[in-house]
Amino acid sequence: MVSILPLSLQSATVDKNGKRLLGPVDLELGNAGLTIVLGPNGAGKSTLLRLLHGLEKPSEGRLRYAAPRPVAYAQQAFVFQTPVMLRRTVLGNLTYPLTAHGTQRTEAQKQALTWLNMIGLAGHESQRASQLSGGERQKLALARALIRAPQLLFLDEPCANLDGASTRDIERLILKARDDGTRILMATHDLGQARRLASDVLFLNKGQIIESGPATAFFETPQTPEAQAFLKGDLVL
Amino acid sequence: MAEIWQGITAAFWLIVTFDADLYEIAARSLLVTCSAVALAALVGLPLGAWLAVSRYRFRRLVIALLNALMGLPPVVVGLVVYLLLSRSGPFGVMGLLFTPWAMIIAQVVILTPLIASIAHQSIRDLWAEYHDLLISLNTTRPQRIKTLLWDSRRALLTAALAGFGRGIGEVGAIMIVGGNIDHVTRVMTTAIALETSKGDFALAIGLGFVLIGLAVAVNLALHMLSGTEVRDRW
Repeated sequence: MVSILPLSLQSATVDKNGKRLLGPVDLELGNAGLTIVLGPNGAGKSTLLRLLHGLEKPSEGRLRYAAPRPVAYAQQAFVFQTPVMLRRTVLGNLTYPLTAHGTQRTEAQKQALTWLNMIGLAGHESQRASQLSGGERQKLALARALIRAPQLLFLDEPCANLDGASTRDIERLILKARDDGTRILMATHDLGQARRLASDVLFLNKGQIIESGPATAFFETPQTPEAQAFLKGDLVL
Repeated sequence: MAEIWQGITAAFWLIVTFDADLYEIAARSLLVTCSAVALAALVGLPLGAWLAVSRYRFRRLVIALLNALMGLPPVVVGLVVYLLLSRSGPFGVMGLLFTPWAMIIAQVVILTPLIASIAHQSIRDLWAEYHDLLISLNTTRPQRIKTLLWDSRRALLTAALAGFGRGIGEVGAIMIVGGNIDHVTRVMTTAIALETSKGDFALAIGLGFVLIGLAVAVNLALHMLSGTEVRDRW
């Protein structure tokens, strides 16, 4: 299989309604690991993820994958902060990415049932996805993103508003995906979660990446006053 | 008031005595309208979905025009279809004028913008919800349209039923292109118009009650078959 990584951004910006939301940003995303994107509200975390995934177009600069774009788009997935459920059953939501890309229905259902067991939703396959709890929906959204074994996974605050048990289940799935070789880029507000999961960190403020590097170095010796203030729990203005 | 009571009685007797003429024109009404709704839905539903997911120049204008076409005057549609199908018209050679086919064509012209417009409105809302997800899942535009049509099928049933409601009660266009010929193109609405002009109000109102009953029965049957308004789907 062709690798879509490394992925690079060169002087990329995102402007909307005359306002700069992100950039200019230079970034290279390597082949392995779990990068946590940290920063205060409005720092541009979600915009960065959406730009890298192709949901936003750069106003300036370039986004470059190691593979042609059709291959790159087919090899990545995104989990949104508020999970979007198709108006179908739980099983229908899970089989959708497979059948949409040519997998036979019976094979898709077989794979989906395996995933339902893995995320603890076995027995819910005929239930409408909209009837699941918030945590169950997010697990289903994560399984739907992972079912095609993407090379690159974007997670936009997937545990926001979830309780401890649901967060633990989601983190287990994320770590399993990382161990299975999926490159992960995840935005979060939760410093504890960042410490538990990160192999490296991107710290954003006011649309700029102001610090990046290995997680241990970032958490132990942050270099910028903004990162130091953020880690201390102070307001970052 | 006496006419209404006589009408109810007439409707009752027409039904229980299995009046052949009544069943014939009721069947023809259903055949013409259901065929027109099916054809209009075949065009209108994908058109509504395509308009919802596509971004192009003059999009607003096209949607405004489509909405305006919902109010197409049936008599004008009937006249245009008449001219197209008449012997001297471009499709005169097909010999469709004063046949149920001409009535179906006229109704398709009337119903397609209605169904497309209602479908567009419900699919547009669903597209706003699904937009990022379907793009993220790397689906093609035809796949997105198919997904939106399937997932909004209950709202689209309402669009089709609105089309059915307009079609089954339509008289102007089908009178012009069908001609209200007995045993050939006579349907419920044209029969009611005829009986009214003859002064047989009781029969006319009796036919009217049967027409209303027919429309309600078809709506109920479709709702039951599609499982709408079931408690766990509220």
